[in-house]
Amino acid sequence: MEDPIIQVRGLRKTYGSFTAVDGLDLTVYRGDVYGFLGPNGAGKSTTIRMMLSLVKPTAGTIDIFGKPLATNRKEILRRIGCVVERPDFYNYLSARNNLEIVGRLSGTDVSKQRILQTLDLVGLASRSESKVKTFSHGMKQRLGIAQALLHSPDLIILDEPTTGLDPHGMVDVRNIIVSLAKDHNKTIVLSSHILPEVELTATRMIIINRGKAIVEGKVHDIVRDQGLEEYFIGITREAQS
Amino acid sequence: MMAALRVELFKVFSKWRTYIGFIALGVVIPIIIVSLKIEGMRYFEFATQSLQQVFAFTGNLMNGYSATYLICGMLFVHVPFLVSLVAGDILAGEATGGTYRLILTRPISRTTMVTSKYIATLISTNSLVLFMAVLSLGLGIAMLGTGEVVVIKSKITIIATHDAFWRFALTFAYAALAMSTVSSIAFALSSFVENAIGPIMTTMAIIIVFLILSMISAPWMDVVRPMFFTTHINTWRHFFDMQVPWHTIITSASVLAAHCIGCYLLALWVMTRKDILT
Repeated sequence: MEDPIIQVRGLRKTYGSFTAVDGLDLTVYRGDVYGFLGPNGAGKSTTIRMMLSLVKPTAGTIDIFGKPLATNRKEILRRIGCVVERPDFYNYLSARNNLEIVGRLSGTDVSKQRILQTLDLVGLASRSESKVKTFSHGMKQRLGIAQALLHSPDLIILDEPTTGLDPHGMVDVRNIIVSLAKDHNKTIVLSSHILPEVELTATRMIIINRGKAIVEGKVHDIVRDQGLEEYFIGITREAQS
Repeated sequence: MMAALRVELFKVFSKWRTYIGFIALGVVIPIIIVSLKIEGMRYFEFATQSLQQVFAFTGNLMNGYSATYLICGMLFVHVPFLVSLVAGDILAGEATGGTYRLILTRPISRTTMVTSKYIATLISTNSLVLFMAVLSLGLGIAMLGTGEVVVIKSKITIIATHDAFWRFALTFAYAALAMSTVSSIAFALSSFVENAIGPIMTTMAIIIVFLILSMISAPWMDVVRPMFFTTHINTWRHFFDMQVPWHTIITSASVLAAHCIGCYLLALWVMTRKDILT
């Protein structure tokens, strides 16, 4: 019996007359690397923001770790690490200072050693004392992943984690994601436009369009002998027409 | 709450803009005191020229206390701009930098976030007022010595030396409340927008508009004027009346405190309902 970690039911978000998310249902199970796909403006980021309580849903429910997010926000967020869209930091502070802030706000006692270990994992240990304003976009992306992993969360939500990374960086991040899922039994929600990246890492996925789910299930059951890219383009074109 | 407050204080005091006010006062106050040491007596002679024909003024009139009184009169008009630099940025700056996503995806409530930021704003504001007090009194006394405070308003009041210090202590305590009110307004405005320039400029505009409105001589204005916070910012001057009008001061302080509480609650109301889209 699979253990659901995230259950979204009838999720809806409207801004005036515009509907960003329209009655979305999805389920993420423990140990999944869950690909969250859709064309631009499909409602992916809005959904992720609602899962992290940055945006309030107009209707619907989000249960995470078996509890409603609306009434258990702090308890749930303590077990989540995330990168939402581009990772932004306090540019006037060092990488280490930024991670200290995240650690303190996470309610866990994060040691300096743990911070350096996490920075080492993403290849930034040698720049721990450098101010973030001196970092390239790729380095900020790595720091974003570091802050998401700092407090050893059970659920990791990554929105475009490889954007701005060079090919080596993309392979490193992919390996980190696979290792977190396989070796550490973490559950990962991965939103990305780089479809081969998702195909190589995701076990289950959802494709949404105009705020609605088009398809959800195991990656190999959905894609079969097609490439994910080909399948994605075909199904989203069909949905848009 | 303490963890969030420590984080906020660390962020506030790591920012260059926090020190602009300290640097500005650190430059201006010594210049004023040196100028008063050189030219101060001429100022008193000019201000008291009509009385000099009847009375003889003796003693150290341009002393540290008198200088501090003059500095308060000059700078309490300008310090609001310096305090709003920090207060206007504290919420809007998170939106500009995209860092709401960093802190609000952590397990702290929005109430804790807003409250810790508000306390950090007040600490920063009060630090600036304390710095102004120590610098103007300390440097003033060191360079000009102590003596009677000569208060020139519509009439001249001379406060005895031994009677001066507690009045200055209360003046700066009251100034801290007045500047906290200005900070609170900038803080509340900061919750609405995603750029710090807006709250800073709007706070200054509100002060200027209210000061102009206060000057309108009309019966309806007499009803409205007591509700303007700008009417109460200058109440500190009453600490240098021979008989301190405590009722007036308590009323003014209550109005300013009510503004602070109202602005904090407004920011809290906005932030707990806001969708974080930046």
